Amino acid sequence: MRCNWVLGALALVACAGGDKSASATKDSTSAANGAVASSGADLTGAGATFPFPLYSKWFADYAAKSGVKINYQSIGSGGGIRQLTEGTVDFGASDAPMSDDEMSKLKTPVFHFPTVLGAVVLTYNVPEVTQPLQLTGEAIAQIFSGKITKWNDKAIAALNSGVKLPGTDILVVHRSDGSGTTYIFTDYLSSVNADWAKAPGKGKEVQWPVGIGGKGNEGVAGQIKQTPGAIGYIELVYAKQNNLPAAAIKNASGQFVAPSVESVTAAADAAAAKFPPSTDYRVSIVNGPGAAAYPISSFTYLLIDKTLVDPTKGKKLVDFLRWALTDGEKEAAPLDYAPLPQSLDTRLIARLDSIKVGASGT
Amino acid sequence: MSDVVATPPAVPITTGGAQATPSGGDGFEGGIEGSALGDRIYAGVIWLFAVCVPVLLVLIAVSIFIAGWPALHRFGLSFLTSSSWDPVNGKFGAAPAIYGTLVSSAIALVIATPLAIGVSVFLSEFAPPWLRQPVAFFVDLLAAIPSVVYGVWGIFVLIPLLRTALIPFLRDTLHLSVIPLFSGPNYGYSMLAAGMILAIMVLPYIASVSREVLMAVPRSQREAALALGATKWEMIRGALLPYAKSGIIGGVILGLGRALGETMAVTMVIGNRAEISASLFAPAYTMASLIANEFSEASGDLHLSALMAVGFVLFVITIIVNAIARWLVWEVSRTGSKG
Repeated sequence: MRCNWVLGALALVACAGGDKSASATKDSTSAANGAVASSGADLTGAGATFPFPLYSKWFADYAAKSGVKINYQSIGSGGGIRQLTEGTVDFGASDAPMSDDEMSKLKTPVFHFPTVLGAVVLTYNVPEVTQPLQLTGEAIAQIFSGKITKWNDKAIAALNSGVKLPGTDILVVHRSDGSGTTYIFTDYLSSVNADWAKAPGKGKEVQWPVGIGGKGNEGVAGQIKQTPGAIGYIELVYAKQNNLPAAAIKNASGQFVAPSVESVTAAADAAAAKFPPSTDYRVSIVNGPGAAAYPISSFTYLLIDKTLVDPTKGKKLVDFLRWALTDGEKEAAPLDYAPLPQSLDTRLIARLDSIKVGASGT
Repeated sequence: MSDVVATPPAVPITTGGAQATPSGGDGFEGGIEGSALGDRIYAGVIWLFAVCVPVLLVLIAVSIFIAGWPALHRFGLSFLTSSSWDPVNGKFGAAPAIYGTLVSSAIALVIATPLAIGVSVFLSEFAPPWLRQPVAFFVDLLAAIPSVVYGVWGIFVLIPLLRTALIPFLRDTLHLSVIPLFSGPNYGYSMLAAGMILAIMVLPYIASVSREVLMAVPRSQREAALALGATKWEMIRGALLPYAKSGIIGGVILGLGRALGETMAVTMVIGNRAEISASLFAPAYTMASLIANEFSEASGDLHLSALMAVGFVLFVITIIVNAIARWLVWEVSRTGSKG
């Protein structure tokens, strides 16, 4: 009898263990949040990896200035949106705006706050070519569709008079992992080429007509460096920090513009001038207006609930955003991120007032 | 969920108690009660541990299956046969990844098996004792290198070598490009590169097991063959290898298991292209690298579910491979002992 009782107790312990582990994921996240809050740090966020180097500098500098500690996990835009939807973080971050489908799953509606801009650069390995190549959206779409297959194709030669192009095969390299970079690039191709919009379309992963996939910016850049004749797309920040060649792209005004922090900010400036006052900023600015605008540019966003129920956290979050949009923006350019244009900053700071802090909103 | 977790262990525990009773009976006269109780608790705990492993396996399989069900249900059999992996339009077919996993692993085994058996025969039959340990050590060391290091080596050494030397040699010098197996553009990043990297990675597993098995072949087996007038080569072929066959097959299967699931190194060299191509020089995809690439940014429930379904297919394939291996080892050792 006694033995049975002991075994029963053991089984009970096992059951309890099972119970705990099953619910552990949820508990530990909320417990972690609670622990963080009580120990003086305060906000948690998750999402995009692209702006993470800048964000981590922001969070460190802001903590030094105000004492507010922000814990950010750069797990990718998709993960950030999932965590925000489940309510496990105070804010999310994403390179692509949320889709209507994703928005419909949210318990509380969110604001999209652009923070800085990202841009996609066409880089290549053509040893014969020493000056920067010039390309149009149409030519890029043809190359990535496999319709232009040689470097000395008429379409490329016509854009680069005086450049001696080799007759070698073009080897296309694209991202193999899901990425905001791919989203921006395919968004651009879809906006300049009707066929592209139909067939592969735009997304964080698409079905590429040709080419090989590399994992991450470093994977794509590595494959391009290793392979004469290769072309691919990478983030502006990565291209600048590694001194990779970058093609100048013809923008909507007919100018060939090289990618740079200034030309990307210029793209946002020209596009923002046309935003309606009620915009939710879930807009694409690829192939936008502006003579100096680099055409493959895009916002990266922080996703903030429109109503912040917890008044303490809510105030801290709004204060942080105000700091980020003013002082924070000044830290962007030295890290090769394109800051928001002044005009947009002013509008976004004004919009901070429409965030409802505390339960008064409900 | 917690009910499911808790119930299965509870049943074996009672069985465990019943099992423990007879063994508890023959304790010392003095402390019967205490030791019987101790035995029972001990047996119960051991049973619990033993049962945990299969239960865990089943639970993992079930949870992956549940997560992958929406995609499996929606696409049915075409999930396994369709070649279109198009997240934008929500169409998912895993055929290229399944094909890539199987073919890259097969290439790896074709390259690694003869090499590994050669190494192990050399070490057990030919190598002077002073050389045996160092060579065995270096072969085993191959298994200790992290796979990302293999990947980096692949990108910077193997791929350029393939692109500038091996592939031009096969095509231009031997004029093999008319054969589909050797046709198509020369990226370097290819099924062949993945197979070669995998071959190096699985080599130590096959070599280690084979070496141990060959060393364990009784001396009398060798001496009997030699006494019948066999040369050394005839002895190895006729007496040694047949005796060790089941063990060597076991080693090969262990290597195959490693090759099927390898992710990082393969992702770095295979070119990640979801397309079935006859050419060894064409980029390809494997199930493991597909999941690793797309999971973190999977957009939409169906996409996530499709990736889980790929995981489930990989799981099932691995189990089938292992089952075949078990059967093969069993079959070989059964017929071996008969003859």
